[in-house]
Amino acid sequence: MSFSDPRPAKWSAKQLGRIKPLVFVVALYPLLRWIWLGFNDGLGANPPEFLIRSSGIWALVALCLTLAITPLRRLIQQPALVRLRRMLGLFAFFYTVLHLLGWAMWERGWSLASMWDDVVQRTFITIGMLAFVPMVALAITSTTGWMRRLGRYWQALHRSVYAVAALSVWHFWLVRAGKNDFFEPYAYGIALGALLLFRLVHSMRQGTVSGRQ
Amino acid sequence: EPLPATPNPDYWLSNRQTSEKDVTSYNNFYEFGTGKTDPLRHAGSMQTRPWTVTIEGEVVKPRSFDIDDLLKLASIEERIYRLRCVEAWSMVIPWSGYSLSTLLKQVEPTSKAKYVEFVTVVQPEAMPGLNDRIIEWPYVEGLRIDEAMHPLTMLVFGVYGKMLPNQNGAPMRVAIPWKYGFKSGKSIVKIRLRETMPVTSWVGIAPNEYGFYANVNPTVPHPRWSQASERRIGDGFFAPRVDTLMYNGYGDQVASLYAGMDLAKYY
Repeated sequence: MSFSDPRPAKWSAKQLGRIKPLVFVVALYPLLRWIWLGFNDGLGANPPEFLIRSSGIWALVALCLTLAITPLRRLIQQPALVRLRRMLGLFAFFYTVLHLLGWAMWERGWSLASMWDDVVQRTFITIGMLAFVPMVALAITSTTGWMRRLGRYWQALHRSVYAVAALSVWHFWLVRAGKNDFFEPYAYGIALGALLLFRLVHSMRQGTVSGRQ
Repeated sequence: EPLPATPNPDYWLSNRQTSEKDVTSYNNFYEFGTGKTDPLRHAGSMQTRPWTVTIEGEVVKPRSFDIDDLLKLASIEERIYRLRCVEAWSMVIPWSGYSLSTLLKQVEPTSKAKYVEFVTVVQPEAMPGLNDRIIEWPYVEGLRIDEAMHPLTMLVFGVYGKMLPNQNGAPMRVAIPWKYGFKSGKSIVKIRLRETMPVTSWVGIAPNEYGFYANVNPTVPHPRWSQASERRIGDGFFAPRVDTLMYNGYGDQVASLYAGMDLAKYY
């Protein structure tokens, strides 16, 4: 890129295709780290607690990265970046599923009745579950086939990711509420808020709420 | 540093003891940070000598004790206690020390002494967690006088036959095995006998979640989790949770203290 040409060369789909496996491996880092720590006595005195918390945090990180793709591609004018979005979104789903399985196994002993009790009795579990349900729909309909089948409804459906993000931060905030320890929930809340604000400003500038591009 | 202690057979458990490593590396001591390993990481710079413990308030003979005198006040016993954290994990720990009542009798509590308040040290240079305004420092805990005089309530100077490591509350803490762990104040510098119930740190922050009594009770859930079962630290990756016992299994010794009380109300 030079100053005489302010518009950078556009990355092609093929170039992104080459980056994708690299991003895939990087996104596996949390999982590989847990395995490494597990074999090296690094999960601490309470491995279940560590893994449940860690998977929740990484699910949030992946969700933030997924939602950062659209602002980023506009900012650096690289629309092809969208080709990474589905994979990052599925990683957010993957770490969320691990978070949920950790809870189901270590907190609830695989008992469906006990899980249900937790969901109805505890606000933070209720909110977490409300965040998870739309994620399942988003993950299932993430394929090209489903994009085609749903047509214009696909984007409407996938806008529920904003609700997922808000509920996830709310869930995290409630987890920390009893300990007055809000730094991290605020940090994720501000990050997600900024990403959503970027979209809002963009669509207002476009004079449209379609948000396509 | 070793701390010779004589096993007291009255306080013995056959449960597998939690490893010394887990006991000394997985701690809640918010003055050093909210993470479980923060105390191990940061507590090393806490100064534990010289150390005096001041006893004041509703007592006939208020006075300060040097920690080395407290170590000689009575013979040091080793007692194995269950520790049940309010966060639903538990340990089995060999503490060294003696009953708190031994010390309290020295200062002769007056008839007005209804409660005992424990105040933890504040050392800003050594305690990065003081910046987290989670708690209004110093950390304060308390007991009713009959709870404090109960022989199970222990002044602790050591663990695993050694002097307490800083992260476990050196040089002196209390251990109250039938109550959730947060009741057992660490690194105590002041013991105040009072006529009125102290506002303890966690009650001040979240009275709907943490009560003054904080007796281990599987039938009264915490608002954010059940207290019916617990994870025994060190039991392994796939070990099932353990059922939590009323009064953490010490009911035969302490249930009478709460006769007639609504335990759902006074949690």
